[in-house]
This record gives sequence, C-alpha cells and structure tokens, in this order.
Amino acid sequence: MIEYLISAEFYQILLFYVYSGILIGAALAVVTMRNSIYSALFLILAFFSAAALWLLLEAEFLALTLVLVYVGAVMVLFLFVIMMLDVKIKPKSGISMYTKVGIFVALLMALEMIMLLGKKMAHVLPQDDLVKHVKGYSNVKEVAENLYTQYILPFELASVILLVAIVAAILLTLRKRSDYKYVSPESQVHVKANKNRMRVVKMETEKGNYIGGDE
Amino acid sequence: MIWDQVWLVIWTLLKIVAIVLPLIIVVAYLTYAERRVIGFMQGRMGPNRVGLFGFKLWGLAQPFADTVKLLLKEIIFPANANKFLFLMAPVITLATAFAAWAVVPFSDGLVLADINAGLVYILAMTSLGVYGVIIAGWASNSKYAILGALRSAAQIVSYEIAMGFALVGVLIASGSLNLSEIVNSQAGGIGHWFFIPLLPLFVIYFISGVAETNRAPFDVAEGESEIVAGFHVEYSGAAFALFFLGEYANMIMISSLTAIMFMGGWYSPFTGNSWIAQPSILWFFMKTGFFLLLYLWFRATFPRFRYDQIMRLGWKIFIPITIAWIMVIAVLKVYQIGPWFS
Repeated sequence: MIEYLISAEFYQILLFYVYSGILIGAALAVVTMRNSIYSALFLILAFFSAAALWLLLEAEFLALTLVLVYVGAVMVLFLFVIMMLDVKIKPKSGISMYTKVGIFVALLMALEMIMLLGKKMAHVLPQDDLVKHVKGYSNVKEVAENLYTQYILPFELASVILLVAIVAAILLTLRKRSDYKYVSPESQVHVKANKNRMRVVKMETEKGNYIGGDE
Repeated sequence: MIWDQVWLVIWTLLKIVAIVLPLIIVVAYLTYAERRVIGFMQGRMGPNRVGLFGFKLWGLAQPFADTVKLLLKEIIFPANANKFLFLMAPVITLATAFAAWAVVPFSDGLVLADINAGLVYILAMTSLGVYGVIIAGWASNSKYAILGALRSAAQIVSYEIAMGFALVGVLIASGSLNLSEIVNSQAGGIGHWFFIPLLPLFVIYFISGVAETNRAPFDVAEGESEIVAGFHVEYSGAAFALFFLGEYANMIMISSLTAIMFMGGWYSPFTGNSWIAQPSILWFFMKTGFFLLLYLWFRATFPRFRYDQIMRLGWKIFIPITIAWIMVIAVLKVYQIGPWFS
C-alpha cells in the first residue's frame, strides 16, 4: 500500500484527477459567471489546466504552445475587448429557453461521444496503462516529423486558410474616415533635424540698450 | 525509497531558493545601480547617503532602506476596486517573472530544469506577465490605470511577435529548443556567437525586450507625464513593491536571455587554452550585466516614444525584418556557411 502511495504512477493519476477537476470546474464557471471578466479569467484557468493535462501526457511542446498562443495572446485580446466594452453584471434570471436548448445539445453531444469512444474507437484509447515514453523522447521532434512529412498538405492548407482569414479580417476593419486628422509617422521620422526642422540664421550680434550702471 | 523522494523535493526547493534569493538581491542593487549610473550620466550624485553604522559607504544601504519603507507603508484600496484581483495582479506579475528562471542555464549543467522545449517555455512564461498589468489596470477602478493597461497590453502583444520571430532565427541557427544546447552550439570564441549571423535579429530581440518589459523609451504604460503612473497608479506599499520586483526581474531575464541566445552564454570570447579562454559563469554574469547597463543607458538618454510610433516600429519595421532574416538564416544554414553553421 505504502509502496503504491509513493510511486510515480499514483502521483500521475492523482494529478490527472486534480487538473481534470479544475478544468471541469473552470469550464463550468466560464458559462455560469455573471461578470464577463471573471468568465474570461476562468477560461484562462481552463486553458492552463488543459495544458497541465497535456504535460502529464509528456506532450510538453503542445502544452507550452497552448499556453503561449491561447493564454498569452488570444485571451489577452479577449480581455482587452471585454474591458473596452461597457460590461454590465447580468442579474440572476432562472432557466431560460437558451439554457434548455443548451443543456439538450450538451447531452446530445455527450451521448455521441460516449457512443463513438465507448464502442467504435474503444481500441484506440489507452486501456489503463499510463503514458510513458522512453528517456530522450522529444515531443517537438515527434510533432515536427509528423507535421512536415505525413500531414504536410493539411498543415499547409490550414496555414493558407488562416492567412486568408487574417487578410479578410484586416480588410473588413480597415476604414479611412474622410475627416480623420492625423500626422503621418513616416514623414515625421524622416525629418532631418538640421535640414527640415529648423533654420540657422546668421545675424549681427545685438548691442542692446543698456541703461545706467557703472559701465 | 520514500526518503529519496522526500530528498528530491527538498533538493529542488533548495535549488529554487538558490536562484530566487540572489535574484532578489540583484534586483535590489539594480535599482541602486540604476539611480547611480543615471545620476553619473546626467552629472548628478544619485543616492549616496544611506549607509550602515554611521558610514556612508556610497549609499550602498539605500535598497534596504527603500524595501523597509515600502513594506511598512499601507496598502490602499481604491473605492469600488475588485479587492481579490487587485491583490492578485502583483502576485501574477511576480510569479511569471520568477517562473521563467527555471530553465535559464547559468553555466554548463547549472540549470534548474533542463527541459527540451525551454525556449517555448520562456516565451510562454514571459507572455503571461501581461496579465498582471491588465488585471491591475482593470481591478483598480481608475481611468489612468485602465489606459495604462490597454496601452501595455497592445504593446506587449505586438512586440511579442517580433520577439518570437527573432527567437525562431536562433532556433533555426542552433537547431534546438533547449537553452543549454543553444549555448553549446555557439562554442568556440566570439566569432562563433550568433550575434554576427543574426545581427538584425539580435538588435530587434533586445529592443523588443525593452518594449516587453515596459522600460524607457517604451514606457508608455507608465507614462508619468501623461497618465500619472499607468497601471500601478493606485498601488502602494508591498503591492507596489511586488510590481517593482517583477519589472526588474524581467529586465534581468531579458538581459540574460540575450546573453544566452546571441552572446554565447557562459563561453569566453577568447580561444586557446589560457585561463581567460575557459567557459565560466562569470562570463555569463558579465554579459548579462552589460545588457542591464544598456537598459539604464537607454533610460538616461532617450526621450519616450510616442505611442503610434511604437506600434509602427513593432509592426511595420521589426516584423518584416525578422521574417526576411529568417529566410537568410535558413539559406546560411542549408549551405553551411561561415564558422557558425559548418
């Protein structure tokens, strides 16, 4: 018993349940919180716990990329937008039609997942042995080898779709107001101090009209 | 059996203390050095009074006096501030600033966690620091604080891209994400360091690092002259001290990372067998110290950038240059050119 309690396997399972619990709790809080800033912060916590679960799978590159991209960039912009909006704390409002439909869809999705993973794809899931790689296993290399050989076409396709999305997003938001007064930074930074900005004038020294005193 | 594991935990904790304690002391003396160096550059004295036991000692006890003062001051909560988040924000800043130190190799093998994806870990941890600023700005319930937070968020997210691309160049050049291996691939004198083939990326990385840590001349998030003190205008006492500590720890972090990625980390610039050519942790400290001096030098000499020009610099100049130079590096690497990639 004590042997098991100090074994690495036990801690791996324990950590899995701890992080899964936090993940599910945080995900629930995202949709139940009435203050949308809190919702966004709980979403960050959910991403973090998901990254921790991936670390337990020894997928350190994926886990860190999740933190870097979703927590470090995407959620920052989310928070940014939410703070700019005039956020009002929603009053409590029983179970609405939305909630009923939402619960129905969620149950349906859970049922589908159970059907798929419990029957058809049961052999793909690991039975009950923990994920353990040989020493010197590098998740980065593994991911790269798969992405750039076997899945090169889908990978490149995804990146092209993202590029199109970026261009489209910029085009949709790029508006020029006709009455917009602004200074062009390009012309400003190209100003030469002694050429365009000031003029050095040569002139006689002024004598001045000093009145009084000893001199 | 059980004692092995307990010992492992204690040993790791001791190693963490061995990194964090010197870091805090260095932060304390960095504030002192900053004031003395900028004082020297601007023809002033700087703090030179606070000493020990009646000796002035060039003001060497100044950081301790400052710390004691900050810790004894009251933490004031603004009206209608979100108290929990208000207190969490400095903690987040400090925690992310310290967490990144886990993978920094000080010398050959002298590293807390020698993980494969060290570079990505550093990027992930430093990108989290912005939450401290944003949450502080929002939780303070103050106009100036939220203005500072918004500025800072936009600035940090923008410069992270240039910084990430600069590090992609390092990654291509060294062929590894592990920081120790990045340093080891620069072995063999100053000619083998990456700052020569990666010169534009090196410059961009350090400037982005200055912007990322919200330091002059990119300190619009604080902008004393326009928005009082930006995101931490409502903070006082120990909570403010944590922000201060986090900012300076991040400065040291960026400086040491520049030393690791571009200046050969713990390697000596000289070649041969003499004592001066030996790799040593002292080289690492000297290089880090040099970049820290640059930080102070910038602050003493440059006026603050205007906000739209900061954004222009990041998006329209740095990012295109980094993307172009990544191609150059890829070509150098494929054709195995120079002393770096052969």
